[in-house]
Amino acid sequence: MTNVDAILQAGLAAIEAAADLIELEQVKARYLGKSGELTELLKQLGKLPPEERKAAGATINVAKQAFEAAHNARRDLINAQKLEAQLAAESLDVTLPGRGLSTGGLHPVALTLERIATLFRSMGFQVADGPEIETDFHNFQALNIPENHPARAMADTFYVEGGDVLRTHTSPIQVRYMLNNEPPIKIVAPGRVYRVDSDATHSPMFHQMEGLWVEEGVSFADLKAVVTDFLRRFFERDDLQVRFRPSFFPFTEPSAEIDVLGERGWLEVGGCGMVHPNVLRNVNIDPEKYSGFAFGIGLDRFAMLRYGVNDLRLFFENDLNFLKQFN
Amino acid sequence: MQFSEQWLRSWVNPSLSSDELSNLLTMAGLEVEETTAAAPAFTGVVIGEVKECVKHENADRLRVTKVDVGTGELVQIVCGAPNVAVGVRVPCALPGAVLPGDFKIKPTKMRGVESGGMLCSGKELGVPEDVDGLMLLPADAPVGQNIRDYLGLDDQLFTLKITPNRADCLSIKGIAREVAALTGAALQPQAITAIAPQIDDVVAVAIQAGQACGRYIGRVIRNVNAAAPTPDWMKRRLERSGLRSISAIVDVTNYVLLEQGQPMHAFDLAKLDGGITVRMAKAGEQLLCLNEKTVTLSDEHLVIADDAKVLAIAGIMGGEESGVTTASTDIMLESAFFAPAAIAGKARAWGFGSDSSFRFERGVDFQLQTEAMERATELVLSICGGEAGPLNEKVAELPARGGVKLRTARVARLLGISLTAEQIATILSRLGLSFDTLEDGFLVHAPSFRYDIEIEEDLIEEVARVHGYDAIPYAAPAARLRMLALPEERRPREDIRHFLAGRDYQEVVSYAFVEEAWERDFAGNADPVRLINPIASQMSVMRSSLIGGLVNVLQGNLNRKQPRVRVFEVARVFGKNAAGKADESTQPEKVAGLAWGPRVAEQWGQKAERVDFFDVKADVEALLLPARASFAKAVHPAFHPGRCAEISLDGKVIGVMGELHPRWTQEYGLPTAPVLFELDLAAVAARSAIKAEPVSKLQPVRRDLALVVDEEVTVAAMLDTFRQHASALVKEVALFDVYRGKGVEEGKKSLAFRVVLQDDARTLTDEDVEPAIQKLLDAVAASHAAQLRL
Repeated sequence: MTNVDAILQAGLAAIEAAADLIELEQVKARYLGKSGELTELLKQLGKLPPEERKAAGATINVAKQAFEAAHNARRDLINAQKLEAQLAAESLDVTLPGRGLSTGGLHPVALTLERIATLFRSMGFQVADGPEIETDFHNFQALNIPENHPARAMADTFYVEGGDVLRTHTSPIQVRYMLNNEPPIKIVAPGRVYRVDSDATHSPMFHQMEGLWVEEGVSFADLKAVVTDFLRRFFERDDLQVRFRPSFFPFTEPSAEIDVLGERGWLEVGGCGMVHPNVLRNVNIDPEKYSGFAFGIGLDRFAMLRYGVNDLRLFFENDLNFLKQFN
Repeated sequence: MQFSEQWLRSWVNPSLSSDELSNLLTMAGLEVEETTAAAPAFTGVVIGEVKECVKHENADRLRVTKVDVGTGELVQIVCGAPNVAVGVRVPCALPGAVLPGDFKIKPTKMRGVESGGMLCSGKELGVPEDVDGLMLLPADAPVGQNIRDYLGLDDQLFTLKITPNRADCLSIKGIAREVAALTGAALQPQAITAIAPQIDDVVAVAIQAGQACGRYIGRVIRNVNAAAPTPDWMKRRLERSGLRSISAIVDVTNYVLLEQGQPMHAFDLAKLDGGITVRMAKAGEQLLCLNEKTVTLSDEHLVIADDAKVLAIAGIMGGEESGVTTASTDIMLESAFFAPAAIAGKARAWGFGSDSSFRFERGVDFQLQTEAMERATELVLSICGGEAGPLNEKVAELPARGGVKLRTARVARLLGISLTAEQIATILSRLGLSFDTLEDGFLVHAPSFRYDIEIEEDLIEEVARVHGYDAIPYAAPAARLRMLALPEERRPREDIRHFLAGRDYQEVVSYAFVEEAWERDFAGNADPVRLINPIASQMSVMRSSLIGGLVNVLQGNLNRKQPRVRVFEVARVFGKNAAGKADESTQPEKVAGLAWGPRVAEQWGQKAERVDFFDVKADVEALLLPARASFAKAVHPAFHPGRCAEISLDGKVIGVMGELHPRWTQEYGLPTAPVLFELDLAAVAARSAIKAEPVSKLQPVRRDLALVVDEEVTVAAMLDTFRQHASALVKEVALFDVYRGKGVEEGKKSLAFRVVLQDDARTLTDEDVEPAIQKLLDAVAASHAAQLRL
């Protein structure tokens, strides 16, 4: 039986030499197949004298097990190497850019408006809207600006054929809303407005937002609180200095300009005041029972301040290189 | 309103620095827009008198002077100014002086001659004047005095932005009154004395328009020297208020306007025919105004006329012909009160205004006219000499000043702070508002100079202003909490914007006023809403479509070499109703988009293909989901007639899309056609309520049908037929391929449809499926001659 060991050694060498799974299986067949060399040895056991048979059988089985173990190990190794090679072949340059449609983005003024509207919604203000070609009544008279009032000179008005105007402010939205709704009224009204003015700091079309709260007991102190809170939340600065400066608007009394303290001193950011009793009467609200405040801000200006834009005209030139910065 | 701080301080002098005064005014509602120094900083310049002046021996253009600067010793100064001469008094910078621009004066030698200082021009001191050479001072200028003190150069010019309600602050007197009220500092008004008449001459005055002209005072002054020079102090105050000196009498009227707030006018008596009548103009009357413009008047214009002609537009501007000149010897001064309503808006309609109309339309103190006339008379007599006649005053309707009630409780309610009746009374007194005390507050009488105290809220504002807006505390408001409605069936605008941004569109904002051609070309609109006063001809009509704006944005970005443009806008468009007017219903909001260039941005591993109709259609379909829009071939002025679809939802047209018409692509200079869509925002925002249905757990069966039809047969028509003949088992029919070419006859195409069948109760067998499919095949065969492709 000395040749068991020789066969095994030859078999193990053949396993080692097998380059792939096919070869390995051929080696396995050569030794363990029906007429494989080790199988043949087992077949010949019967020819041995019975006293040798047991020991010889055990020797062959040990050899067979060693062969099988080596075969399995070799198979696992070849499989592992194959997988490795596949993975290596399949590897990507993951730094290549992603493919397909990119994304667009919102206009900076729309972004600004969205933030502001969200802030005011969180305080229970609804967003209202209205037409941009307005009647003299809604844009002026209802707001306590009769014809020939000097305040009409404050806003150079675009007129359309037939006597209507392009709204000079978003205030007519509050007129329409108050005509159609009962207090309590809490709205913000953003939109495009128009004035005959065009230079580096003025655009003939720009964006404003009006806020209005009419309810029993609403006071100037409430106005200061809401506007201050808003400005601090918008600019994300709890220590922002806000000041209210007496001013004049025909539709509010008392009236104030809103200033914030910037790096280069006080900066006017809007106007506000208590809704003028004539305005409330014009929309059938009893000023003895209800009071309210209104404020107006320039959305373009807020976008400029927030995003560090120094030329208003950029908002209306629609240069994609400019707009894409806000995506 | 611009004025000199020194002038104001001569009326009221609180112990505040210039900055503090500026802040006080701003926080009281008289916004200080700007403060500028009357002159830049410099030191060491005194008044000197040139005692000797000889030619420099080594230089033709230089003079060697000896100057008395009040030290007892003459100073030798070399000077090159053309107007240096013996006897002139001029500013003299002595060694150690520092002139504007950090120019230091040191003793020096000029061409070998010692020079111990410098004689100065106005320019060198930062106060330029029209004189070429040295600043020549009056002969009585005190030698040795610091020039800054003499010329009052340590002064600030304040520019106030006076709101339309505070006409009472359009004068030194008014601002001084306000400062006194705010600070408690004593008011030291200009003393005014009544001038006793020296002659009896009067010009008759008749007020025919008593509502418009409440008071008219005329005064004749004879034998004036209208060519007399205006005194320097007056010139300086005028200049520091932004007015140029014109002639002595005109300067006096302007001075009184600035000091008192009363606009005045001076007529040349020799040019008047008969008496003065204040009346409404007759239609068609004309006047050549002082500003050399001729205006045509109507019966809504108040005029000052004599027996023959219109002399002046009351309160707005005098006439060129009747105005005082330096040749005038006899004059008539006018000091009148014209009602704001009579003046307001008139000058603006002609495109000009004046300091006078600015004040009258806001409201001039109706008790001021006599004082102003006396002040002006005094100034004319002292500057131009002459003899004054008596005041000839006519009074008609003056504004009524009823009491305004102010309730203490209302102050607290509106301001959110409680002020005691005593605190309120103190504030009213400081403002010069007289009042009667009532049980619950005050009855306040507004003075004749205030036009902004008509209702309780006006008084509450005054109280708040003087108390200080800053002093009103702000705590978070207490309110009843109510949740906002959140209708699921309406999509917020934000969602629509974000959706389009997510599909690679960039939001833009373009002007609502556009070129008329855009309306014609892109909207077929020959009758757009027109602006009466457009800012430019290419912005003269209101757009009825957003398409033009998007094409314009494309053009702009192509000029900036953008390789790919995908943009959208959400905005209102404008149309006319049946009556030809734009009302609320003709200004709907639209959402529109444009795609041009490669389908996807240039990138690796993707072929560069141009975006086409169907790419954009997919965007529109996705935008409208879950609603299923239908698309029908349509004709639209903006689009290629073969590549344009009308978009409908539930049978209602909600928009249009297509490839830009080749004609416009060429005309607007585009290299290739963009694809655009425009939809009604309301339709996009609407969403049907969601109602969930049970989902079948059974296997669906799929059958593919390749059908050959004529080119003219549309997919929509095929789908319609399928839909009409689909049995209950058919869950979906969808197109998945279009084929033309080998195996399909010329003029025909093969459409491949996927049919998905499913039952909720049992698994389908061929016996269920085949009849359903056959029904579909029969239907399209009958309606569209569709043949199964084998």
